[in-house]
Amino acid sequence: MTFRKKKSGNRLMSRPEEGRNPSRGVFTRRALLLMATQGAILGALGERLYGLQVREGSHYAKLAENNRLSKRFFAPPRGRITDRFGIAVASNRINWRALLLAEETSDIPGTLARFAQIVPLEQRDTVRIEHELRHKRRFIPIMLRDFLSWDDMARLELNMPSLPGVLIDVGTTRVYPFGPLLAHVVGYVAPPAEKDVVHNAELALPGMRVGRAGIEQTQDLNLRGQVGSVEMEVNAVGRVMAELDRDEGLTGDEIALTIDSGLQQQVLARIGEQSASAVVMDCRNGEVLAMVSNPSFDPSLFDSGVTQAQWIEWTNNSQTPLINKAVSGLYPPGSTFKPAVAMAALRAGTLSPSDRINCPGYIDVGGTRFHCWSRYGHGSINLRQGLKYSCDVFFYEVARRTGMDTIAATSELFGLGAKLSEIELPHVRQGLIPTPTWRRAHGHHWNGGDTIVSGIGQGFVQVTPLQLATYASRIATGRNVQPHLIRSVAGRMGQLTDLGHAPDMTMPEHFFEDIRAGMFAVVNEEGGTAPKARLDIPGVQMAGKTGSAQVRRVSRAMRESGHFNSASLPWEYRPHALFICYAPYDAPRYATAVVIEHGNAGADVAAPLARDIMTDTLHRDPVNHREPPGQEVAQADVD
Amino acid sequence: MKFQKRLLRAEPNFQILTKLWQVNWLYVLLICALAVVGYGALYSAGGGTPRPFAGPQSIRFCFGLVMMLGLALMSPGILVRMAWPLYIFSIMLLVAVLRMGHVGKGAERWIMLGGIQVQPSELAKIALVLMLASWFHKISYRRMGNPLLLLPPALMVLLPVALVLKEPNLGTAVIIGTVGASMFFGAGMRLWQIALVVLPVPFLARIAYGHLHDYQKARVTTFLHPESDPLGAGYNIIQSKIALGSGGMWGQGYLQGTQGQLNFLPEKQTDFIFTMIAEEWGFVGGIIVIGMLLLLVFGGMLIAMRSRNQFGRLLGLGISMNFFLYCAVNLSMVMGAIPVGGVPLPLISYGGSAMLMVMFGFGLLMSAWVHRNATFGETVGEDA
Repeated sequence: MTFRKKKSGNRLMSRPEEGRNPSRGVFTRRALLLMATQGAILGALGERLYGLQVREGSHYAKLAENNRLSKRFFAPPRGRITDRFGIAVASNRINWRALLLAEETSDIPGTLARFAQIVPLEQRDTVRIEHELRHKRRFIPIMLRDFLSWDDMARLELNMPSLPGVLIDVGTTRVYPFGPLLAHVVGYVAPPAEKDVVHNAELALPGMRVGRAGIEQTQDLNLRGQVGSVEMEVNAVGRVMAELDRDEGLTGDEIALTIDSGLQQQVLARIGEQSASAVVMDCRNGEVLAMVSNPSFDPSLFDSGVTQAQWIEWTNNSQTPLINKAVSGLYPPGSTFKPAVAMAALRAGTLSPSDRINCPGYIDVGGTRFHCWSRYGHGSINLRQGLKYSCDVFFYEVARRTGMDTIAATSELFGLGAKLSEIELPHVRQGLIPTPTWRRAHGHHWNGGDTIVSGIGQGFVQVTPLQLATYASRIATGRNVQPHLIRSVAGRMGQLTDLGHAPDMTMPEHFFEDIRAGMFAVVNEEGGTAPKARLDIPGVQMAGKTGSAQVRRVSRAMRESGHFNSASLPWEYRPHALFICYAPYDAPRYATAVVIEHGNAGADVAAPLARDIMTDTLHRDPVNHREPPGQEVAQADVD
Repeated sequence: MKFQKRLLRAEPNFQILTKLWQVNWLYVLLICALAVVGYGALYSAGGGTPRPFAGPQSIRFCFGLVMMLGLALMSPGILVRMAWPLYIFSIMLLVAVLRMGHVGKGAERWIMLGGIQVQPSELAKIALVLMLASWFHKISYRRMGNPLLLLPPALMVLLPVALVLKEPNLGTAVIIGTVGASMFFGAGMRLWQIALVVLPVPFLARIAYGHLHDYQKARVTTFLHPESDPLGAGYNIIQSKIALGSGGMWGQGYLQGTQGQLNFLPEKQTDFIFTMIAEEWGFVGGIIVIGMLLLLVFGGMLIAMRSRNQFGRLLGLGISMNFFLYCAVNLSMVMGAIPVGGVPLPLISYGGSAMLMVMFGFGLLMSAWVHRNATFGETVGEDA
């Protein structure tokens, strides 16, 4: 303002002088012209500033946000898996890790050397650390060692002043408190493979694990939880300046299995060292109470990577420790198949319970002689006796009358050779009930002999132990029971868990009664094949069926010698020993299937084992059982 | 000797205190106000501490203020006698910088002088203003019609322009040339003479472009299409526009500017200091700073017009023009209106030479104001 006044005064004063003082007049005019230009230019710049800041401000504000915000994600704790009583069978343990923040030390080799003196670093650690030091930005922590022991931690804490840049960080690692006991059911986790990361970038987060078998695999998405995130302010080189927002993410869902871990332990104890599998089901609702496949493996080994030697040992083992035999093992059912054949015949009307068939010890079909297991024959017998003695000739004849298509259709209704879609496990095999159509599809003719051998569960017939247990449950209840392993996800109970929800199988009840009576006779009557399966519990009886499934053709010479001794054969040539059963007979609660690989006679090996398992199950009553306090399995849970 | 006597006769009672009283304190207050704005901006650029920018800069400002007041007391006669030695000294420095200058950002611009880094082109600008003012003062308006008398001052302008171009520092060369031209204009150069000079300029510009360094051409290209190289040469312009834009009307708040505080903004304490101010204080803050700069420019021009001698008038005009060009080039640069070229925002940007030279210039301007009524050394038709 002051200037303005002076200027105008000056101008007015200078005017009369102009003639006398042309330089001042010219200067004033020209200076004013320059001022106008200067004002115009600065004005234009002000206008441009207005354009950038106000008119286009929101556009640039958005760009600025993108500049400065960086969102980082972290792995949430994986959901626990418990047994039916809430005992953890897969949980998380705190994992202490030592990290190195390269930018906080001036002497990286020195720090590493001092660190290695305190906590030894293996060759493979050193190589990895060097690689990461070269490839990661200096403000991103590099893992030096994980799974630090308390001793290591204490020594590191003590030496922190001489270890600039070293940080102790806590993550989690998966632990399986029961180790091999539930490995096949629960499965295991492993670091994600590259192809997993391609499909889901979240998996690239440190600490993320992918379920690789069992429930861990099939329920991976539920167990994984929701990734947490931290929104951070970063500067132009990407360094974190401040934490703006944190989303803790969600711990994965807790999954409760139908398994009773206590019963599982007892079943495994009964099996001992044998290569075998056993399934115990609640035959009213399909809950799998125990599913044992022996031998097994320690699932914890996968979290940090299995060694080559260990892997080779597992895969070369003829007893296939990595395979869950209960759902992936395929076995000819042998005589355990007979109740299904009988049911098919009853339904088809090719057999009535009172029909008698003569067993002279063999039958000739299409020019071939098929032998009964008893070379002397069983004489004239009915269905009940046929089951009780497990007469082969009786079922050869029944199968011949009924035809394989009808047998296959019925046995699939019992779950044999059928896809049990409710079971929450990977690698579930379907098995096979052969039919002429199937055989033709593979370019062969189906001849009468095929039907005959299929009638006693040999030949091409292949089923899994889980299918056998389901089959036993369905015989016991007449209901279309579906086996399943998950009781609840995040506290939400599955629908089929409710008792009695399984639909009726819509087969006449008296057919079931006839077959159940035969299976009762197998165990409880004089002359039955499985007297060793009789329960030693007053008032409780069990019904069952034995099976000894040959894994190779028995030559005529061997048969005619009459006393070939299976036990003298090499292990892999011995027949599988099978047994299916349910109890109590008058009010079925539990069904069990046992398959002992190359265990010889089902009656001698599988039946007593099944009896022991059933005895344990009944004593324990896993449907209502609660562990008494103070007896819970020691765990190290963090969540 | 002759004008000194006349000077003493004309103003016999000038004592130091009287002269100090004569200083245009309102103008000094405005300078200080802008320096305070600069202190605040550098404080923020330093991440909310006086170090490393705001503190040293304020010390330099205080030093500059004392120097300015000292210069304000010097009578025009002394200044006129300083013109030649200063000019020659600055030319020598420009030559020296070409010979042994420190390489900074691909161009030789700095020279170590007694332990401090100086940018001789800054000194050359002030020396040229002083030189031209005293030249035109001596030849007077009447003789401006004689083209021969315009040749020596033209060479005086072209010599530093050529040397600075050689550094190469295109921005400063343009500023020196423009300051020189504006002084020719203010001194009363005839319109036909102006036309004769201006008309061939487009042709010369074309030829000049062909002689530009690759990096200067790159600047022009990236200026036209900054998005073509977003992480390279275009980065500064893009980031500067983002920072400005995110300031909005009211700004992100002092010390809260994300782009500046998070170092997305390159050279935020020097060339891009205005971006930082505008990000944190918004359009309102930015326009206030522009207004203050404009007041200083206009103030200088008005001081020039009040002078009753040609020396004072041209000195004022040259200093104001120089200050204005600094501001206009810097602001245009950070707003993406012209290519980026290493020109600081006077009084606000961090930097020693620029600050001292700006204060040196204001000292000359103050001297012109204090001695605005003095008449000396002119023969014909001047105020008396």
